[in-house]
Formats: sequence, structure tokens, C-alpha cells
Amino acid sequence: MTETNGLVQLRGVSRYFGGITALKDVDFSCHPGSVHGILGENGAGKSTLIKILSGVLEASEGRMSVDGNDVAYRTPSQATKDGIVCIFQELSLTPDLSVADNIFIDNPPRWMGMIDRRAQRRMAIDVLARIKCADVDPDTLVRDLSLSRRQMVEIAKAISKNPRVLILDEATSALTSRDVQTVYGLLNKLRDDGVSCLFISHRMQEVEALCDRLSVFRNGQHIRTFTKGELSESEIVKLMIGRDITAHYPPKPTAPHVDHDAGAPALKITNLTWENRLKGVDLDVGAGEIVGLGGLDGQGHKELLLALFGVLKGVQGQVELNGQPFRPLSPAACKKASIALVPEDRKTEGLMLQLSIADNILLPNYPGVSRGPLVDPARAADVVQRAITKLQIKTSDPGIAVETLSGGNQQKVVIAKWLMLDPDVILLNDPTRGIDVGTKQEIYRLMRDLANAGKAILFYSTDYAELIGCCDRVSVMYDGAVVRDLSGETLTEEAIVSASLNIHAGDAA
Amino acid sequence: MIDKLRTLVLRNGGFSAALAMFLVFFISYQMLHPRGFSTAVFIQNANESVAIGFVAIAQTIPVLLGGLDLSVGAVMTLANTIASHLVTGTPLQMVLGMIATLLIGSAFGLMNGLIVVYGRIQPIIATLATGAIAIGLALLIRPSPGGEIDPDLNWALTNAVFDMAETFGFADNGNAAWLQPIANIPVPLIIILVVGVGVWLPFKRTVTGRTIYAIGSSEGAAYMSGLPVARAKIAAFTMAGFFASCGGLYLAIQTSSGNADISQAGAYTLNSIAAVVLGGTSLLGGIGGAIGSLIGAGILRVISFYFRILSIDPLLQPLIEGLVLLGAVSLGALRTFRVKNMMELFR
Amino acid sequence: MTLINRIGPQNRPIAIAIGFTFAIILVGTAYTLATQGTMPMLQPNYLLQQLQIGSFLGICAAGMMVVILMGHIDLSVPWTLTAAAMMATTVGGPWAIPAGLAVGLLVGVVNGLGVSYLRIPSMIFTLGVDSVLRGLMVAHTGGFAPQTEATPLMRFLAADRILGLPVAIFVWAAVSILITVMLTRTGFGKSIYATGAKEGAAYLSGIRTRRVVIGAFVTSSLCAATAGVLLAGYSAKAYQGMGGPFLLPAIAAVVLGGTHILGGRGRYLGTLVGVILIVFLNSVLSIMQMSEAYRQIIYGVVIIVMLLIYGREGQRRQ
Repeated sequence: MTETNGLVQLRGVSRYFGGITALKDVDFSCHPGSVHGILGENGAGKSTLIKILSGVLEASEGRMSVDGNDVAYRTPSQATKDGIVCIFQELSLTPDLSVADNIFIDNPPRWMGMIDRRAQRRMAIDVLARIKCADVDPDTLVRDLSLSRRQMVEIAKAISKNPRVLILDEATSALTSRDVQTVYGLLNKLRDDGVSCLFISHRMQEVEALCDRLSVFRNGQHIRTFTKGELSESEIVKLMIGRDITAHYPPKPTAPHVDHDAGAPALKITNLTWENRLKGVDLDVGAGEIVGLGGLDGQGHKELLLALFGVLKGVQGQVELNGQPFRPLSPAACKKASIALVPEDRKTEGLMLQLSIADNILLPNYPGVSRGPLVDPARAADVVQRAITKLQIKTSDPGIAVETLSGGNQQKVVIAKWLMLDPDVILLNDPTRGIDVGTKQEIYRLMRDLANAGKAILFYSTDYAELIGCCDRVSVMYDGAVVRDLSGETLTEEAIVSASLNIHAGDAA
Repeated sequence: MIDKLRTLVLRNGGFSAALAMFLVFFISYQMLHPRGFSTAVFIQNANESVAIGFVAIAQTIPVLLGGLDLSVGAVMTLANTIASHLVTGTPLQMVLGMIATLLIGSAFGLMNGLIVVYGRIQPIIATLATGAIAIGLALLIRPSPGGEIDPDLNWALTNAVFDMAETFGFADNGNAAWLQPIANIPVPLIIILVVGVGVWLPFKRTVTGRTIYAIGSSEGAAYMSGLPVARAKIAAFTMAGFFASCGGLYLAIQTSSGNADISQAGAYTLNSIAAVVLGGTSLLGGIGGAIGSLIGAGILRVISFYFRILSIDPLLQPLIEGLVLLGAVSLGALRTFRVKNMMELFR
Repeated sequence: MTLINRIGPQNRPIAIAIGFTFAIILVGTAYTLATQGTMPMLQPNYLLQQLQIGSFLGICAAGMMVVILMGHIDLSVPWTLTAAAMMATTVGGPWAIPAGLAVGLLVGVVNGLGVSYLRIPSMIFTLGVDSVLRGLMVAHTGGFAPQTEATPLMRFLAADRILGLPVAIFVWAAVSILITVMLTRTGFGKSIYATGAKEGAAYLSGIRTRRVVIGAFVTSSLCAATAGVLLAGYSAKAYQGMGGPFLLPAIAAVVLGGTHILGGRGRYLGTLVGVILIVFLNSVLSIMQMSEAYRQIIYGVVIIVMLLIYGREGQRRQ
């Protein structure tokens, strides 16, 4: 297992947080001229590994060497000096500065100690052109860019440092498919130039397509490194979760038990418009049905879910709940109308990270557990306990801060707080993003159970396989409207892709 | 060209609004003034605006970080009392006294920065406490108002350029032809522009200066990008101490005395925050600049000048000041009603 | 060490502040023993008298804490307090106290609307409101000391004693119990913590965060008004600048009690201890006949040192 000719080499590296072991006795090396994929569930230690490599964290034990010389980074800038550059999952851009400022933030061209803005602008244009983003004006403020463009600026920033080791942590998760292709091309070129790329992603296809070496991590340990093609996909998954998985998705009901002719659907949307992002959305979700929202990023899915949950102002069109007209004026009003939303970003929109698990679960539930203005402690404790049991949240004490949980368990808390209200309509905005395989399966099963219990579920996901596996029907959105409904036989990956690009299935075939 | 100007105005919305507001207030003040525009009144106005101008610049820099410095008024007062002892004697002694005053003020700011960075105490609370310490020191240095500032210096720095030339005997006692175009400009205006703008604009262009903006915009991103976060924070508070002591020094020269007045210190601190906000700097950090704050301070000052020329009951001054402040920030806040996605409000 | 670990991170500042309060009393007693050979600080009557005076600060701090938990701040406390006192004495009779509290309610609603609907930073909005209130009160009194007097009920609540205990302490205790129950036992209280921790997430949880913000500011202003009414009763009249000395000590008490200045974390017990700490610090300093200069310096140093100790504890935990 010991490799000696690595550009960067870790030997026996461990990292502890208090009593928790995040990384345990890891040997790892990365080589020039390769794209090296790192796989593992959440909490497997991938993030800790790259934070140690890039100088954000220090190792508690063990040695790290670069070019054969021992190093001990205390800050990211020390790692950058050695050519190790990381593109983090959490964007490292400052929104109020311009694109050019951000690309050269830590090492701008200077003239007499002051930043040379013209030279900086020129250099920014060059770097942006390298990643085919010439359309981005270097003077634009980053806050005015879309998430996908920001991620590309992030990549430009990393490239501008001429890295020898480039680490991409879920760097493609926010990109549009066009930009993903650009990044693939860029990585291949960097590999040819002798750069060592470390690539972390939860998307198996991406890893398969791109990487020539793969390393699997589990529970803070380096399980195995192998070259692409050595193991099959299911063998890799087995290594990641340490056990066999029988079925990826829970079975769908064979015959659709939703009778579309009898009675009104649980949720019916007619001609919903908002600003220039929603352009007349028609959609309905019956009780007991999981309806997926598919399509490319930025086609109005997020806005649709926010509009249904009363977050957007000035929405035109009709929303009906069980045949009754309903105006989503605020999340509070929607909560009363038995609608729930699991938002896109659990860390900033779903949870109060510093508050306890119990406080987070109870937050929407206080009216239900109070007598008059006073909370009934027994009923509150009961709700918390039921939530933890129902979603199998792994914790010993509901009183601890939710930020101590892993990503998957945090997401379960977000879902749990809404399920305790027993909502009839459940809106899910990419609930499995950045979550490990095991938890994903639990969430799929939960969704199906809820549907079987008569709930209406509207489910947005960026993962087509997930949509096909979970949903009874998928509505594909393009440019602010639903362009196609797919179900049963017609629900295939090809159909979703062609509908996403708004080309007819016949044309694509 | 027009397009460029348009984007510039839109991107600096707060600043443009502040500038427009200041010009409206100032021009109508001059028009309403019974004696019309006169150098004497202009000089007097400039004199009374220097201290608050410096303190507003001082406050801006920690605010850009996303913090606040509640000690700026107190540091100004401390510098004021120190200057009232030191700025006297021979010209060389006076210059050394001024330098010492500014050094002590900057050192106090440095201490604020060190406490915030290495003590990990929130700026607002740390500076609340160090502000009390500064006031205590000021009271020890000057238990009752007084002091001995060189009268020539006072005269030279609180009047027009001509008077300064006359006092110090350069440019043919102020009669040289080349001096005439600027002879009537008030010296205090030149001081604040030269020191304020001359220090601020280059500083903003350094990596440390830009790091301050980056921290205010997103501290995590600044750290991840390998920026010198600790150094920038310490620099920001040190600069605040420097500018606050500039204000105190000028106040000492202007009033020829030092006065450790607690309520005055508090008023300067609060007015500095108001000036920063009026000048278009976001209290959340990352957006704005010292020039805007200077204009904000100007707005606050012009409002108080109105009471001299209009027959408004001076008792109403705090009421009007408060209403103008609330009105100005409320106007700026009207955009919240145009926000269509409520989540944007919480960022 | 084991004891400290058992106390739990939230309560650690409280424990340290209690220890420090005892240290202050001991220092004061040692001083009086050395200079006068007496120990007035340990006499129950003296302690009660200090707490009676401290009750005004305590009530202000209770309200301030609720606002700070939201990540906001209320700089309008000084003139809310003064305006309530002046309106109470002006109206007089049985409606004196309701009039004072109505001022608090009104100011709280205005502050809350400005902060929640206009989304103006509370630091600046409450500063403006304070200035407006000052202007209104100065105009109301014409700049002179008001001639009106506190009603007998106000005097009773502030200056009288029941069973040998000052009534003001009972008022403080009642406010404390109300705030504690509100923060720990009601959905509103929990919403305050949630909104302070992450307003966007609270909003998406179906919390009407604007109402929560308004409620918090109303609580703060009502507390300030209550303190104003009491203080007017204690001094038998209202006067200009009566609220000024309460703003910074109230903020300091809340922070010394372990409430996070950025919101979301803190316990009322901590604020209570913070107030007691400041009250005894003040009384020791006046027993020692410290000049204002040294008082200010000691005040500042105590806050910094205490917070440095809290911070050290926090780092060790990580």
C-alpha cells in the first residue's frame, strides 16, 4: 500500500475533533498527470483529507510531504505557495467584490504597493477565456452572477494560481451541463500538462467518466486505491458503504393508485408566472403521488417551489389545494394550509445550526405542543422523540447542537421538523444533494412511504437517475414552464435529457 | 459614456444618494443664508465639520469589516486631551506633539485590533469596553477643560489659506500671485481632504485594504482565499484609531483646549455611525467607503447649521436631526418593498 | 476542572460571573475593613439597597437581552425610559403608569416596524428613534426640568418596602419571571432564539419573523418604560438625562451574562448575574471613592478581562 513517488504524500495521518476521529491513520499520495477521484459517504473523511492537504486544517498525527520534503501547513496560503490549490464546496468568493478582484484576491498585480486594476482586469480576461467564460465581465460584482457562473469564477481563481495539485470538492455540483463539459475538458488538459487533479464528487457517472485513479474512503479510513475499470460500479458502492445494497430505489406501486378523474388533485397549479423566471407553469400533483421536477439548472424549478411556499411576491396564476383556491402569501400561511418545503440549502435555509436538534425539530411545531401560550414539555419531548425515531436520526442527545451532526443527519432533521406537522403537500428541493448513499436510500424509502400514506410530493432533483427511480411522473421544465410530462414507459433518461433541451423525443432519437 | 456613468451611479447607489442629498442641503443652506455665501461662514462651517469628518472616516473602516468601533469618540477625546498638553512650545515641539498624539491614538486602535483578533471578542463589545478605558485616561490627563495650544497655530489652521500664509509668513505673507486661486479655501477643508482622502484612497488599493472589504463581504471566503485576515482586522482598527486621533488633534487646535467630556464622546461615536450609514456604507460590511462617510458627516453638520439661520426653536434640533436620519435611512430602505424574493432579505 | 466541565458551556460564563461578583464583594469588604474597620457590604440592608437601585438597570437589561438575542440592539432605551417617566408624571393620577407603559409600547412598535419591515439596521434605526424621542421630550418640557411629580403608586413601587424588602425588587423579580417563562416556555420565546440564529431558516420554518422582531422590540421598550416609571417614582420626579446611564451598563450586563452579541444564544439567568455583577462593581467603586476616571478604566478592564476568560474557556472546549 505504500507508494513512494507521489507529488504529495501522506503517511499515517489522523485528525481528531475533540473525541471524534475524522481521519484515521491514512496513507495517501497523488501523482502528477492524473485525475484522481475520491469516493466515500458523508463523514467518510474526504473533506477532512482535502482540508489537511490544502492547509485549512492541521493533521493531529502523521506526516505530510511535498516533493519529498516534510511540510506542516497552518494556513491555506502556505499550501498555495507549494502549488496546492483547492476549489471548495462552500464558495470562497466574496460577493461584494468584482470578478477580477476575486480571481486575483490574494496575489494581485501591484504597482508601488497598490493594486494595478488595469493589469488585473487584463489578466482576468485571459484566465476567463481559458475556461471559456469570456462572457463574464471581469468588472461585474460576484453577487450579480448566477451560482453556476460563480463556480466557474472559482475555478478561474484556482487556475490563475498555476496549481500543481488542483483539488475539486464537489466543484461541478452547481454547474450547468455546458460548464461541466468545459470543466471536463479543462481537467483533461491539466492532466496532460502534468497537473495532479483530485476530484471529489457524489455523482458516480462523473467520477467514472473523468478519473483514471480512484480512492475509496470509509469511516475516516483509506479503504482502497485502484485504477479505473478495475472494479465494477456495484463493487465500488460496496466498498463505500461497506455492505451490499439490494435495491437502489423502493418499488413503485405497480398500478398508479391515483385516480386522476375522481376529485381534484391535492395540488393543482395553473398558469403560474413570476417576474421573467416562471412563464405559465401548469402542473398537478395527486394525493399519493411523487411528481418529479426535471430539467437543466436554472429553468425555474427553485422559483416554482419558492412561489408555492409563499416566499415570492407578485406571483400570478392559480394554485388549488384539493380543489380549493389558495394564495401562498407567506411560509406561515402555507404551513397552516398543510404545505411543507425542504429548502435547497440546509445550512442556511433549513436549520439553525447552533441550536439543538430538539429546538430545530420543534420550531414549526410549537402551536401543536402548546397549551395557550405555554409549551407543554411532555408533548414537546414526545414530538422530538417520535421525529428522531421515525427518521432514524443518529444522535444520543437531542439537546446537542445540530451542527455536530453529519450532512445526512442534518437533512433528516430538516425533513423531520416538517413531517411532525403531518403535511399533505410536501415540496422537496434537491433533498439528497451532497448526502451519502445510505441516507439517500432512507430518504427515497421515506418518500415512498409518505406517498403511500396519501401525501402529495413534488420533488426537484438534479440527478436524473434519482428522478426516474423515485417518481411516478416527472415534469420537465424549460425556460420557466413545464415542457413535458413523462411517466411509466416514457420515463427514461433519454426522454428527460431531450425534454430538458426542449427537443422532441422523436428528433433526438 | 452616459452608460458608464449610469452603471457607476447605480453600483454606488448609497454614495450617489448621499452626495445628492448633501448638495441639496448645502446649496439650499447657502441660498437661505441671510448673508449669502461668504468665506467667513464657509470657514466656520468647515471648522466645525473636521472633527466629525475624521471620526466618521475612522468609523468607516471597522464597519467595512462588518464590525463597529464604539470607541472612536472616546479615542478622539483622549487624543484631544493629549494634544492639549503636547501641542505647544517651539514649532518642532509642536510637530512632535502632534505626531505623539497621532501615535498614541493609533496605538489605542492597534490595541483594539489585537483584542478583537487575538481575544476573539466581538468588536462592538470590545470597543465599548476600551472606549470606557480611553475616556478614563482622558479624564486623568485633563480632569477639567483647559490647555495651552499655540494661538498662531490655532489661527493658521482654522482660517483660509491666506491667513495661514500670513501667519507663517510664506508666499509673500499670502499675497503671492500663485496663491490667489486657493487663498480663500478654508485650511480645515484642505486638512481633511488631504489627510482623509490622501490616506484612505491609497490604503483601499492595497491588499490589506481590499482584504478589509473581502472580510466584510464574506469572512469565510476571505480566509479560504488565503488573505491576511488577522492583519487586515488589526490594520482596520489601527486606522480607526489614527483617524479618530486626527479628529481629536484638530478639535484641540480648533478650541485651543482639551476637554474630557463623556457625553460629547458618546455623541461623536453615535454621529459617526449615522454619518457612515448616511454615506452609503453597509453596516453589514463589504460595501461603501470613507469618502461617503465624509459626505454623511457633512449632511449631519449642514442640518445643524440650518438652526442658526432659520428661526427654528433650537430645542427642536434633536427632533429634526432624528427625523432626518430616520427619513434618509427609510428612503434607502424602500427598495426592500421591491424585493420579490423574500429570501433575498435575509442575506 | 471537572466541576467546570459539568457546568456546561452555556452556563460557564454565568458561573464565572457569579464567582467574580463574590470576589468584588470580598475586595470591597477587605477595603472597608482595612480603612474603617467595618464591613457595610455584608450587611443585608446595604445589599438590599444596592439591589433596589440595581432593579432599574436589571429591568432595562432584561428587555435589552431579548433584543440582543435577535442579533439586534436597542439604542433607544435611554429616551424611551425618560419619555415614559415624563409622560407618567405628566398624566399623573391612576393613568400615570399606563401612560408610561403606553409610551414603551408605541416606541417598541415603531422600532420593530423599522427593523422588520424596512430592514434598517437596528443600530441606526433605534438611534434615530432615540434622537426623535429626545427632541419630543425637550420640546415637551421646554428644556426645563419638568415640574410634575410621581404619583404615590409609583413611589410605592420604587421606594417603599414590603416585609422589609424593597418593592422595586419584587417588580424586578416579576419582570424576570415573565422574561424567563417567555424565553424558555413559549413558542414566541423559542422563535426569538431561532430568528436570532438564522432569520431565513426561521422564516422558511413558517415563523412570522417580522412579528417576532416587533415583539422583541416591544418587550425591550416596555421594560425600559417600566424602569422609567420606577425611577421616576424613586426620584419622585422625572428629569432630563435620567435614562442615559442605563444604556451601556445594560448592554454590558447582557454580554457579561454570556448572551452572544450576534444573537441566538444566551440565558436570562446570565443577564441577571451580569446586572448584579455591575451593580456591586459600581457600589464597591463608590465605597472606595474612586474618581470617575478610574471608574471608567476599571469598568472597561473588567469587561475585557471577563470576556477574555470566557473566550479562553470556549477555545479549550474546541
